[in-house]
Amino acid sequence: MIKVTYIEHNGTQRIVDVEAGVSLMEAAVSNLVPGIDGDCGGVCACATCHVFVDDAWLARLAPMESMEDAMLNLAEGRDANSRLACQLKAAPELDGLVLRTPIGQH
Amino acid sequence: MTETVLVLGGGQAGAQAAASLRQEGFGGRILLIGAEPLLPYQRPPLSKAFLAGELPRERLLIKPEAFYRQADIEPMLGVAATALDVQARHLSLDDGRRLAFDRLLLATGGRPRPLDCPGADHSRLHYLRTVADVEHLRRHFHTGARLVIIGAGYIGLEVAAVAAKHGLRVTVLEAAPRALARVTSPEVSAFFQRIHTEAGVEIRCNTGVVRIEGTADLARVITGDGAGLDADLVLAGIGLLPNVELAQSAGIACDNGILVDELGNTSAAGILAAGDCANHPNAIYGCRFRLESVHNAIEQAKTAAATMAGKRKPYAQVPWFWSDQYDIKLQTAGINRGYDSVVVRGDPATRSFAVFYLLGERLLAVDAINRPAEFIAARTLIPRRAAVDATRLADDAVPVKDLLA
Repeated sequence: MIKVTYIEHNGTQRIVDVEAGVSLMEAAVSNLVPGIDGDCGGVCACATCHVFVDDAWLARLAPMESMEDAMLNLAEGRDANSRLACQLKAAPELDGLVLRTPIGQH
Repeated sequence: MTETVLVLGGGQAGAQAAASLRQEGFGGRILLIGAEPLLPYQRPPLSKAFLAGELPRERLLIKPEAFYRQADIEPMLGVAATALDVQARHLSLDDGRRLAFDRLLLATGGRPRPLDCPGADHSRLHYLRTVADVEHLRRHFHTGARLVIIGAGYIGLEVAAVAAKHGLRVTVLEAAPRALARVTSPEVSAFFQRIHTEAGVEIRCNTGVVRIEGTADLARVITGDGAGLDADLVLAGIGLLPNVELAQSAGIACDNGILVDELGNTSAAGILAAGDCANHPNAIYGCRFRLESVHNAIEQAKTAAATMAGKRKPYAQVPWFWSDQYDIKLQTAGINRGYDSVVVRGDPATRSFAVFYLLGERLLAVDAINRPAEFIAARTLIPRRAAVDATRLADDAVPVKDLLA
């Protein structure tokens, strides 16, 4: 289990326990974190799990594959720290990760 | 007085509509009625990761149980509707209850088209629509087992891919001259037939099934050309029938689905429909479609929920679909119905290419195979309804972003 902090666009923080291997989209949906939809169920097909990664953590994440990079172009307000949460899997080295969620998807 | 909305159907559209009703500020009662005993779950993984045993049942849920409590949505699971009275506004259930409503959303989905031939009641013949279907199928889904799949559509081909990876011996029978004939071009059909053949799957086109024989634990599939195939397991994936009977017998207008307007209203006041069961007018294409997809279910449900909450959010979407087979992700944007030419971008031999469908100079749809950028570009281009340059579309040296200029 690791702890991931989700910060909503209005500043509300939620700390969620996530089992290793589970995607940070799935963890958000099952813990009722608003602002993340995950319509396709986590197969990088819909770009409705857009999150902004806290800068301190950005370099520690596994790099994006080309599918995620392309799909992120569908997300509103893409930035240098944008990722799709379905492609981020909980792992011990991500304990304490901080993600910001947008006001909504699309 | 508190208003009551009944959401009939515990699938993707039903779950979304219930959630969206609250987001739209509806403060009345919401009852979510599902025929299956489970809370709404995702169906796409059923023919992929769930069949492969990579995803436990609990992780299929669209929303956790806590969500329904928090949003004050009352799930009623394992019950089916038996009659609808549109004048009196009540819905009868098979457990004897009768529910009064102010508004009703029909999100009744569909059921697999049954095989219509002698022997179709064989115990080794399966369909794939529900968790229960897959759990039955998995009992005999073992390495070395002989699997005959009837129908080379998405369900059939996705199951074939999982089965081949698990070491089953797979034969796919398709009555049409090519795989995916109903939805895609000969170019894309040829590609999928090739990757399945390379994975050891045998696809026989122009091959119908005339009957199923055999003993209790062995099925023998007899084809139109007289061949007999022994199978430990048979899967029929020959399409979906929309669940319209309840609406039809209540006098609601249906024609290949329950007819709705751009706000999700049916012909009966206060009764709406969304998802696989609904036939909607699409402003981008200027015609009606009944679509079977997650995206359509979600977006129609959002539209219907807004309408029921007294708002107006007309449905105007470019439909999109996806399919995962082996290392291939097919992403389709738009509906190619009526196309008169195709433009192929990239080389199918590289397992990364896109096929654009045009009607004159107008882009109708794309099938993007491991080509997300083209998929995304098409989602922007299609609603513009502007002329596209086929030569540039075909030229892989032209960057995708320049196609949007």
